[in-house]
Amino acid sequence: MDTKILIAVENLYRYYGHHLAVDAISFELAQGEVLGFLGPNGAGKSTTMQMITGNLAPSAGRIAINGIDLLDRPRLAKAEIGYLPEQPPVYPDLTVLEYLGYCTRLHRVSKGKRDQAVTRAMQRCGLDGVGKRLIGNLSKGYQQRVGIAQAIVHNPAVVILDEPTVGLDPNQIRDIRGLIRELGESHGIILSTHILPEVQATCTRVQIIHRGRLVFSESMQTLQQRLSGTSLVLETAAPLDTAILQQLPGIGSVEALGERRARVHFNDANPAAAVAACVDTHGWGLVELALDRQTLEQVFVELTCSEVDAEAAA
Amino acid sequence: MLFTIASREYRNLFLSPLAWAILAVLQLILAYLFLTQVDTYMGLQPRLAGIEGAPGVTDVVVAPLLQTVGFLLMLIAPAITMRTFSDEKRNRTLSLLISAPVSMSDIVLGKFLGVALFFLTLLLLIAAMPLSLYAGTTLDTGKLAAGLLGLVLLVSSFAAIGVFMSTLTEQPVVAAISSFGLLLLLWIIDWSGNSKESVSGLFAYLSLQAHLEPFLKGLFSTTDVAYYLLLTALFLALGIRRLDQQRLTG
Repeated sequence: MDTKILIAVENLYRYYGHHLAVDAISFELAQGEVLGFLGPNGAGKSTTMQMITGNLAPSAGRIAINGIDLLDRPRLAKAEIGYLPEQPPVYPDLTVLEYLGYCTRLHRVSKGKRDQAVTRAMQRCGLDGVGKRLIGNLSKGYQQRVGIAQAIVHNPAVVILDEPTVGLDPNQIRDIRGLIRELGESHGIILSTHILPEVQATCTRVQIIHRGRLVFSESMQTLQQRLSGTSLVLETAAPLDTAILQQLPGIGSVEALGERRARVHFNDANPAAAVAACVDTHGWGLVELALDRQTLEQVFVELTCSEVDAEAAA
Repeated sequence: MLFTIASREYRNLFLSPLAWAILAVLQLILAYLFLTQVDTYMGLQPRLAGIEGAPGVTDVVVAPLLQTVGFLLMLIAPAITMRTFSDEKRNRTLSLLISAPVSMSDIVLGKFLGVALFFLTLLLLIAAMPLSLYAGTTLDTGKLAAGLLGLVLLVSSFAAIGVFMSTLTEQPVVAAISSFGLLLLLWIIDWSGNSKESVSGLFAYLSLQAHLEPFLKGLFSTTDVAYYLLLTALFLALGIRRLDQQRLTG
């Protein structure tokens, strides 16, 4: 696969007064990647994004967008970026069409292609039919979509979205996630969010930032493998006998969770079939048999809470 | 790019009722003043006709009118400029401009141009009043042109000061009051220290009003032009610096 590096960030630091908000963050984003940025509130996600988009100057470090240094040649570099900040930067007094037209002009889309670019962005963000309405009169969800449309209207190489699904209803969230995946095929995307399932649903890589430092960076594939569970949760209609389960091949230990529930730990291969057959032969009546995955949430909590606790204790 | 931002700013002003209200109210008041001035001149005319080198209609009607325009514009300029940056900051829309491939100076100059263009529209409407006198008499065109040029320079400095003040705060009202304060101070600064020669010289040079007067008398002096241009450039530069610095401090 041709992996073109779209964003290269090296040793990025950012101080607010004496407070170190971003501490030596380095990462790369290749074309076709959707990078999920996770972290607790105040971890430095937004600050990092603001630095990549040129809204904040880094205290130290290098940022290159599509090979162009952001600090040396900001205009060229910024032309490659589409950015949706936490609050969509929309003017309530303008109609959607006026606003997106203005955005294309700001981003130097050539005159003949402007209308086409606006139409396409509106289509992709589900804004058909609201083009002539004032942005101020639209609902929060639609304003958010206008914000996303603004970020992609000039077809940038990199799209940076800071919490894009805030304020959307579940259907809209699904649409936006679909859009992000679709965009991810041809662009590089950085997505920050608090919603962990969103990351699992859309991202190809996950980074967790905690206290300004990058504490976790894995591709989604590796993560899935890491997360794939080593235990099964079993529930039956009739009371079950853990001793019988214990004797099945490939089973490490069986932990009773109640009369009718048990957790089955296994070593290598998933023994679900054998467990199901065993339940069947003993006539316990299978109610539930599920692979217990470690969730991203657990990883997240593990990485971001331990230090807080340690500090609180100290 | 500059003009994209400028035209957006200009059209934005007309989206709010404020600009229309200002245009209407100003036009009404000035029309009233203009008519009383014309009336005064009609009364004076028979007596003036006998005197050699007596002030003409341009001196009696146009010059006082334009002076009042200058003063009134000082009062309302902050209301026009207050929203340029404060509103963007408050609505968090400034990041749209900053993330776009546009330089800080483009942003500040664009906003300034947009506002200045509004003032020019205002002046154009006001200029229609003295120009209407051409229907019945002849005016001293040079004097009128000098007076209007003086006002153009004056409002450009108003716009620059207002835009700069707007970069300082998120509250439009604070921006309006602080730019009004500064404008008023610069307007009246030569009123003080009339007795002391050395101090009043400097103060008189700083005065916005003192540099307008020669224009109204039909006097075109590079000192006055330079004063307004320097003032405008200074505050635009400060505005650009202010935005740049905000990227550093956050």
